[in-house]
Amino acid sequence: MEIILAIIVGLLYASGIYLMLRRSLVKLVIGLVLLGNGVNLLIFLLGGLVKGKPPIIPPTDTVLGQIYADPVPQALILTAIVISFGLQSFAIVLIKRTYIVLDTDDLDQIHSAEEDEDDY
Amino acid sequence: MTINLIILPVLLQFLLAIILLFFWTRTSIQKIISIAGSMFSILVAVLLFSAVYNNKIITMQAGNWGPPFGITFVADTFSTTMVLLASISAAAVTVFSSVTIKKARMKFGYFPSFHFLLMGLNGAFLTGDIFNLYVWFEVVILSSFVFITLGGKKVQIEGAVKYFTLNFLASMIFLTAIAVLYGLAGSLNMADLSGKIQNIQNQGLVQVTAVLFLVGFGIKSAMFPLYFWLPDSYHTPQAAISAIFAGLLTKVGIYALLRVFSLIFIPDLFMKNLIVILAGLTLFSGGLGALVQVNMRKMLSYLIVCHIGYIIGGLGMFTVAALSGAIFYLIHDIIIKTNLFLVAGVIYKINGELNMKRMGGIYANYPALSLLMAIPLFSLIGVPPLSGFWPKIDLFKESFTTANYFLLGCFIFGSVITLFVISKLWSEVFWKKMKNPVRKPYIRYYDEMPQNQKVLLILPIIFLSLILLYIGLGAENIFQLSNKIATELMDTTAYKNAVLGTTKIHITP
Repeated sequence: MEIILAIIVGLLYASGIYLMLRRSLVKLVIGLVLLGNGVNLLIFLLGGLVKGKPPIIPPTDTVLGQIYADPVPQALILTAIVISFGLQSFAIVLIKRTYIVLDTDDLDQIHSAEEDEDDY
Repeated sequence: MTINLIILPVLLQFLLAIILLFFWTRTSIQKIISIAGSMFSILVAVLLFSAVYNNKIITMQAGNWGPPFGITFVADTFSTTMVLLASISAAAVTVFSSVTIKKARMKFGYFPSFHFLLMGLNGAFLTGDIFNLYVWFEVVILSSFVFITLGGKKVQIEGAVKYFTLNFLASMIFLTAIAVLYGLAGSLNMADLSGKIQNIQNQGLVQVTAVLFLVGFGIKSAMFPLYFWLPDSYHTPQAAISAIFAGLLTKVGIYALLRVFSLIFIPDLFMKNLIVILAGLTLFSGGLGALVQVNMRKMLSYLIVCHIGYIIGGLGMFTVAALSGAIFYLIHDIIIKTNLFLVAGVIYKINGELNMKRMGGIYANYPALSLLMAIPLFSLIGVPPLSGFWPKIDLFKESFTTANYFLLGCFIFGSVITLFVISKLWSEVFWKKMKNPVRKPYIRYYDEMPQNQKVLLILPIIFLSLILLYIGLGAENIFQLSNKIATELMDTTAYKNAVLGTTKIHITP
């Protein structure tokens, strides 16, 4: 199981970085999404995988005796998912706005040197 | 010692932001609440600062979960100093923005986002938990995304794409580093990690994690190979927004670097050399970048990058005196960069230009104002009695004693470049006569403003300049403060004891 997850994490990182290096704005955002998912899986993987051992103390005990599944990574992932949801929705609005304002999807075209007519 | 005062800077900003959301379109009420709230937050920051400075480190365990399991808030001298500086700059910027930000932009949540940003900054300074630090970083960058796109002009959108991408990448690298660290040490509490990290067998992986943190924070704090997003985006938003970005956003990255590399990863020889080389190149490339710019705000953005090098250089040498110099420089840099971007905003309001070639005549028309603007500009160069000079003594001396002659050369290069660039700015903007000025209809010029608005525009600059004068002329006190912080950073026993307490909780594995 660890091996499969490790390979998936690697693939997600690699494809995320690759897509970020492309010139298209849409691919950039897809790359960011993949990278975010890769990180979440990495937290899950490095937190240690334990099957079928919930961290619940029996009523007779005061401490957990045997090996148990660590609940912390899941809490971290949940937080990270919520945050990356916010970031990604912002990113999607941003690329739409970029396309409307600049009329291009090409990252190489995004470098106009002129100032706007704006009151700074 | 649990005192709930520690959470007040965070809660106060949160409360202000929520209250402001109820006055979404009523900008005049928003201005009053925001300015009054910022003044109150200075008071709170001073209270917290004096409580920590005179006694000892204050901690708070969220939900009373014992360390190292719950989220810990820690206020030591370093954090409270940063909170104090942040609230001072923020107060100046709120007053400035009440005049310069257009009503249409205020109606799209300028002030609420401002206080959410400050909540994130205060949280990042006060937290003692590495994952919580990540969450505060995200609060900061999400609010800053609102700021950088507010208005939606072409240049702003272009800046925002770069700003967003690199900051997202930095967060992901930071999160990766946290994941690896948690996998290695099984803890997220920074004080707890500090003790656990030496006992890890696989020290090679610890090094890799340290480098991941360096890259993540390096992007945020605009270090040498990772700074390109900064000069491409910081000149695009409004003057007030640029000021708060310049003063505080890169500095929160620096704060995290200083905290993580003094508490969790103690730099070894390789790390020290790496940081020193990066610091030198940051000074070098930032300086060269500033040299060729004609856009005033872009030039100042490159100077931000350049001066980050001084602070990172101090971290790279990693002695008490060097860190003390770095902290002193950080204190000076937060106030001065905020002030400089506010000055740039006023210059824009007078001239209606950003290109220095087309500006001029400020000294002839506004001699008193020029004198005021000279204070931050000369402090930046480090003319002896002013604030930029004092931290350099420590930094230069330490680069001699630790035999970092490369860094010393870069320090000198950075200073000379700053001198050159600022004197160029002075002669272009202040002394030169303006050739055929064009009045642009979309700008509200300084001379068109009523008297009370002019006062609100100049008051924050006077306020920050007075603080700069105090840092320069009362350098003795700042030296004591920075020395205390540096000593605490080098010797983390007090920090660890304050967080973890003397009684340890034992769990059978």
